[in-house]
Amino acid sequence: MEKPLNNRAWLMVAPVLVLVLFSALLPMMTVVNYSVQDSLGQNQFFWNGDAWFRDLLNPSTEIGARFSDALLRNLSFSLVTLALEVPLGIAIALCLPRGGWAVGPLLVIIALPMLIPWNVIGTMWQIFSRADIGLFGAALTGLGLHYNVTQNAISAWCTIVVIDVWHWTPLIILLTYAGLRAIPDAYYQAARIDAASRWATFINIELPKLQKVLVIAILLRFMQTFMIYTEPFVVTGGGPGSATTFLSIDLVKIALGQVDLGPAAAMSLVYNLITLTICWIFFTIMTQLDRRRYA
Amino acid sequence: MAAEVLSTSSLVAVENPARPRRAFRLTNLLPRIGFAIYLLALMLPIYWLINMSLRSNEEITSSLAFWPHHPSLQKYFFIFNDPTWVHAFMVSLTYVAINTVISVTVALPAAYAFNRYHFIGDKYLFFWLLSNLMAPAAVYAMPFFNLYYAIGLFDTIWAVALAHCLFNVPVAVWILEGFVAGVPREIDEMAAIDGYSFPRFFIRIFIPLIANGVGVTAFFCFMFSWVEQLLATTLTATDALPFAAVMTRSYSVAGMDWSLLAAAGVLTMIPGALVIWFVRNHIAKGFALGRV
Repeated sequence: MEKPLNNRAWLMVAPVLVLVLFSALLPMMTVVNYSVQDSLGQNQFFWNGDAWFRDLLNPSTEIGARFSDALLRNLSFSLVTLALEVPLGIAIALCLPRGGWAVGPLLVIIALPMLIPWNVIGTMWQIFSRADIGLFGAALTGLGLHYNVTQNAISAWCTIVVIDVWHWTPLIILLTYAGLRAIPDAYYQAARIDAASRWATFINIELPKLQKVLVIAILLRFMQTFMIYTEPFVVTGGGPGSATTFLSIDLVKIALGQVDLGPAAAMSLVYNLITLTICWIFFTIMTQLDRRRYA
Repeated sequence: MAAEVLSTSSLVAVENPARPRRAFRLTNLLPRIGFAIYLLALMLPIYWLINMSLRSNEEITSSLAFWPHHPSLQKYFFIFNDPTWVHAFMVSLTYVAINTVISVTVALPAAYAFNRYHFIGDKYLFFWLLSNLMAPAAVYAMPFFNLYYAIGLFDTIWAVALAHCLFNVPVAVWILEGFVAGVPREIDEMAAIDGYSFPRFFIRIFIPLIANGVGVTAFFCFMFSWVEQLLATTLTATDALPFAAVMTRSYSVAGMDWSLLAAAGVLTMIPGALVIWFVRNHIAKGFALGRV
């Protein structure tokens, strides 16, 4: 059914608009302002044009190298966690019972990690991964592995991946489970009549039906991993060296640690632009799927 | 149609008569074992934290043990009796509650408008809203500090409550829009024919129809505001410091009081575990943003 055109609907959107303008656009303009100015201290600013942006996007400068390193590090982190979380999440969702008394408690248990404040997650894993008092660290050391989060770059990186998988696979599970529940039984009955194998049922019935929730899941997870800050900040502080200095951590280091407002602002804008572009691609895919469904 | 939508969302047991019990086979057992291992891995870090919170620091540092040998709630009593911790806990709950109320209230009419009407720029506006959900909090930390400092809200619960609207208002609009879509348009038309004015229809008829959706949305706002810490700590100093920030701060000052840290960590899980119980039957649909 076609929606009626009604521009008075703007009135209903107005409160949201005002609130988001206040909390998004206003601060964003400060960032834009900083990004084209340089400061000599004492709150004296002068026009600096696009110099910060040129530095940032040129990998041969110090800040440029730092930015591109952090970007690559963050992208590889996002891709690795997605590659682990999506299959694991789908597999676990398929194992969940479709009904019964156990479903409610199971969903609550599975969702629990997502309700813990992020720095508590960090603290929890900081303790858990220590070789002296944490089970995870002690177990890995006991297996003879050279595991040390604060000194070994590979350990630190893998630990952040494990934390993220632990923390956010539940999101994929819940989304997939919701998608699975929405598949009518008739589809499964048809599959049984055709004597389809479990695998064929999954590929031909479940996976296509899950397309939409999976796009949402991948979008949310990609964005969250791309913005990850608190967990690595608490667990590794971005180190050792810069092994786990992801984009947000680097940005906060420059902005609040070194108070280099200009470069930090330029970096904020480029960073934001990248997330926006990716978000827009996913959004387009989503609306396309919507249209196909209602067509 | 509304009933149909509701029934698919509820997780009430529906026995599938067409699916006979399969014979016991190893291939049926494997998924169960895998699932059990996953649950175990999920629970272990949480269990470890609870375990540590019940042990004394000497016991923690001297040996690795799977369960506390002399369990004591001493650290919990310490937190309950310390005004700083109690105050911080109330602060966290208050700004989360204010934020949830604001977000859901403004998002309700907007979600209705986005779903029911075409208006100039609607698609761009919707995308722009969503894009705020994807904006890194780190980008906003510094400008928010300047902004709230300038308007005199720095270090108040209002600063955090408003700052969290940045992502919670778009989340609320997005989830609610999915639920609004589940209510057939005929109901709007019937109410208009019956002589309901729009505000009356909206409050008396429409909101009760999507009550589940409102509950789920409130849960999500609660959750995102409760777990977010970067903005919450940037915008506060002493008076409105959130609980989890007091926790991080306390261990840098007092050395490593592992057991106190663990006890505080366990306490931060309780509000989440309580609210999730109320929406457990709808949470899966909510995570799919009402779009299943």
